[in-house]
Formats: sequence, structure tokens, C-alpha cells
Amino acid sequence: MNVQEVRQMFPILHQEVNGHPLVYLDSAATSQKPVQVIEAVEDYYRRYNSNVHRGVHTLGTHATDAYEGAREKIRKFINAHSTEEIIFTRGTTTALNLVATSYARANLGPEDEIVITPMEHHSNIIPWQQVAKHTGATLKYMPLQDDGSISLKDAEETITDKTKIVSVMQVSNVLGAVNPIKDITKIAHKNGAVMVVDGAQSAPHMKVDVKDLDCDFFAFSAHKMCGPTGIGALYGKKKHLEKMEPVEFGGEMIDFVGLQESTWKELPWKFEGGTPIIAGAIGMGAAIDFLTEIGLDNIDAHEEKLVKYAISRIDEVEGVKVYGPEKRAGIVTFNCDDVHPHDVATVLDAEGVAVRAGHHCAQPLMKWLNVTATARASFYLYNTEEEVDVFVKSLIKTKEYFGNVFG
Amino acid sequence: MSLGNQLDTLYRQVIMDHYKNPRNRGQLEGDSLTVNMNNPTCGDRIELQMKVEDGKISDAKFVGEGCSISLSSASMMTQAVKGLSVEDALKLSEIFSAMMLGKDFDEGDFDLGDIEALQGVAKFPARIKCATLSWKAMEKGLQDSAGEEE
Repeated sequence: MNVQEVRQMFPILHQEVNGHPLVYLDSAATSQKPVQVIEAVEDYYRRYNSNVHRGVHTLGTHATDAYEGAREKIRKFINAHSTEEIIFTRGTTTALNLVATSYARANLGPEDEIVITPMEHHSNIIPWQQVAKHTGATLKYMPLQDDGSISLKDAEETITDKTKIVSVMQVSNVLGAVNPIKDITKIAHKNGAVMVVDGAQSAPHMKVDVKDLDCDFFAFSAHKMCGPTGIGALYGKKKHLEKMEPVEFGGEMIDFVGLQESTWKELPWKFEGGTPIIAGAIGMGAAIDFLTEIGLDNIDAHEEKLVKYAISRIDEVEGVKVYGPEKRAGIVTFNCDDVHPHDVATVLDAEGVAVRAGHHCAQPLMKWLNVTATARASFYLYNTEEEVDVFVKSLIKTKEYFGNVFG
Repeated sequence: MSLGNQLDTLYRQVIMDHYKNPRNRGQLEGDSLTVNMNNPTCGDRIELQMKVEDGKISDAKFVGEGCSISLSSASMMTQAVKGLSVEDALKLSEIFSAMMLGKDFDEGDFDLGDIEALQGVAKFPARIKCATLSWKAMEKGLQDSAGEEE
């Protein structure tokens, strides 16, 4: 993989911000988009914009083919058995909410337990809190190791025969931890629970094989993997999806509508009420083509190298604390002595370096780390070692700047 | 060293002084109006306590966690509203809002003092909410207590 060639495909990267070349280190929030994706979306609107699944006309057929073609690309991307198992959603949040609202509320009762971890994103916490409120089930948290990783021993102890759902993120958006999903899934299944995976931070960066993981549900978003915002997918095993009721009713998802009763389309369309996010789905398909052509293994290796380099450089800066386990995805969350993360982010921004500051939609994890906020640099296939150097240099400047105003 | 004038308009010396040595940080003894407020997008939070006697704010203190802008703004706000009537404190808050939005404002008879140093925040849209957090808490406290009296 040639990073300079990759960068050429991302128009947004070639600009100055506050008088400095943009160094975009916020891909864990949302990734940038290559021309291939931008053009695929534009092409749909320019040449064959039509509604799907109904038109007899040529453009309608073209749009349907592209929309359903994107579904097949997603199936292949995560190695699902069939496209019946791929449901388009607005993103990871909507996908997890669909599992919680449709599957969990119908299958859980007061004696049952849901197991998650304290490192989850709010979108993999609150839906389960709501399920617990509606069904009387108990929401339990698996403990974390001191470095923020999950031990299988803890998983074995927390997941019991009362557990009906286990939901864990594959990669932490804060710690960068890569969780042992396959092993946790085995433990969940041994206890008769279904395994839900929040793949928002893993699908963009590493090969995902849902057959190999054997998880029951897998949720992810296009916008973190070079695709458009507002589109994502839920993978679900057919045996679960078949029994689940839709949560949105209306056009597109019906088979027959009577005055009092209606029936639903077959999978996956029964979960896709209303005109779908056609342009988004096509853009997501183009993003998958793009990532596949570069190769997820190459992207993974590039990020691993970059994050190792970043950590070694940050270690040189006195008073900067990095959170999370040593083995990590392309995410470095840190705090700078005496300088609040907001202030760090503002000063870095003045140098053209975009990082995230705040609680990263993980307030329980911030509490676990005993901080109110952190700063986060996240890397993707288009980032370079030179950018890491600029980032570290700016971090040193930040410390000096605040050292001076305090001095 | 300097990162240029742009940053210096945000991080004025007087702001850093309030950040480093916050005025009125702590908790009031006895009965007081207490407001908890947080900024859900970033995790900043403040607990503001005020004593209102005969329609006047006789004392104000705060505790909380946040960045230089939110904590210095809380420090300046408590300093400014002490001794003001409830009505004037709310007026001052309106003036501050206008200042944060980069609008023209008429400070009237108010002496803005240190608060003027926060004007630069208007040029950093991502930080406006940091500066207004304590002011919103003050407004909420005074408005809620006025509602109770009615």
C-alpha cells in the first residue's frame, strides 16, 4: 500500500487549516471519503436517481440493482451466508437499537440478564438499559483489567445461564483495545445467550468474518469506513431475524395490507420500512470496493505500524499519559498534564491538527478511567508518520504554550 | 513562544489567571440555591450555589470540572453577579450571550471588567458552550427560584 497514492484519492486532505496543512487524526469519529465514494453517490443522483423495488422503468431497475448490489458487497465484506442477513440501517446506533427493540424486548424477562462491558460506546449501553427497564431484566457489566482489556476468566464468571444477551464492541473507540469476540461468543453460546457485536470501530480497519466469529448480530457504520454518513448495516443470523418483528412500519416493508391487518415482506426488506437510503447504500458499496481493493490486511498493518510509531513518539513527551492496552487498533487516547483536553484540541487545531476531545460517548469508561475527558488521536489508511511528527510537535507546543501562560 | 495571535485572543492572560486561581471556588454554608449543569457533549460540569436575599445575590460559589474557558468563565461570572439584583444578573447574562455570539452588545451601566477578556471565545465556535455553561446555570437557578415564588 502506497500511502501517498492513497492520499491522492482523498480530496479533503489537500487543504490548509488555520494556515497549516490539515493533519486529520479524527477518523474514529468519522473517516474521510475517497473520490470513488463521492463519485458513486454523485453518479446515482446525476444518472439514475429513482426509487427502488417498485419502478417498472429503466432507471428504477438500475437503482434497485445498485442498491441490492451494495447489499451483496456488504455480505461478502463480512462473509455472511446470504443477503437476507444484511439489513440496511442508519448506522451502528440504529442497528443496535433494532436488536434491542425487536429481539431483546420480545425474548427477555425479569429473570434474565444482559452482559456488556464498561468500555462500551453509549449506543451499546443505553439500548440495553432501556431493554432492562421494559422487561425487568438485569444489566450486568463485565469487569475490565487494569489496562482496560477484557479477560476471558472475567467473561466466564460474568456470563451465566441467566444471561440471554452479551453485547461487546470489537474495538474500543477510546482504548483502542481489540476484544476477543470469538472467545466471548463461545462463552455466550455455551450459556445459551446470543452475542451482539458493535463493529463500528473494527469493520473499517480489520477483516471481519461473521461466520468465523459466529456472533449472532454484528452492527457497523459506513461513515467510519470511507463511506457516506447516515448508512450502516446490521448482520443477523437468519434464524433470529426470521422470528423478529419489524420496528418500523410503512411502505417498502409490506407484503399485503388490509384494513385491519397486514403482512410483511420476507427478509431483509421487512426491516426496511420507507424509501431506503439509496445513495448512502450505493456509497457504502463503493467504500467497500475501495477498501477491498487496497486490502484490509494492508490497512491493518499500516495502522499498526503508525500507532506503534505514535506511541513511541508520545512517550518522548513528558507528562502525557496514554490510556489503554499495549496491543491496540489505530487509536491513541491521552491526557496532557495540567492542560484540559479541550484546550489541547484547540491548540492542536490552531496547528492544523484535528483531534477529538471530550468523553467520546463513553461516560462510564471515563468514570472507570477516573477522568472527565480525554483527547484522542485516531489513524486511518491515509495518515503518515510525518503527520504523527507534526502531531507530536504540536503537542509539545501545547505544553509550552500552557506552561508559559501558567508561568 | 507564540502560536500566533489567534490563540492569544482566546487564551488571554486574565483568563489563565482565573483558571489557575479561580475566585469563589467552593461551597456555600447553609441554605442556598444550588444548580447542577453539565455539557453533555464534552463532560464539563458545574455545581453553582447562590444566596439570594431581598432580590439580590449576596454570595455565589461553584465547584466543577472543565477546561480553562469553562472554569475561568465560572470564576468571572460568580465575581460579577455578587451584589447584583436578580434582574441585573439576568440582564448581564443576556449581554454575555450576545458577546459570545459575536453580536453587538450594549453593556449599559455594567462594568464588565475581566469578563471582557472572554470576547475572543466568539471566534472559536467549538468553545462557546464552555464559556456559557456557568452562565446558563446561573440563569436556570434564578429563573427556577423566581418560578417557585410565584
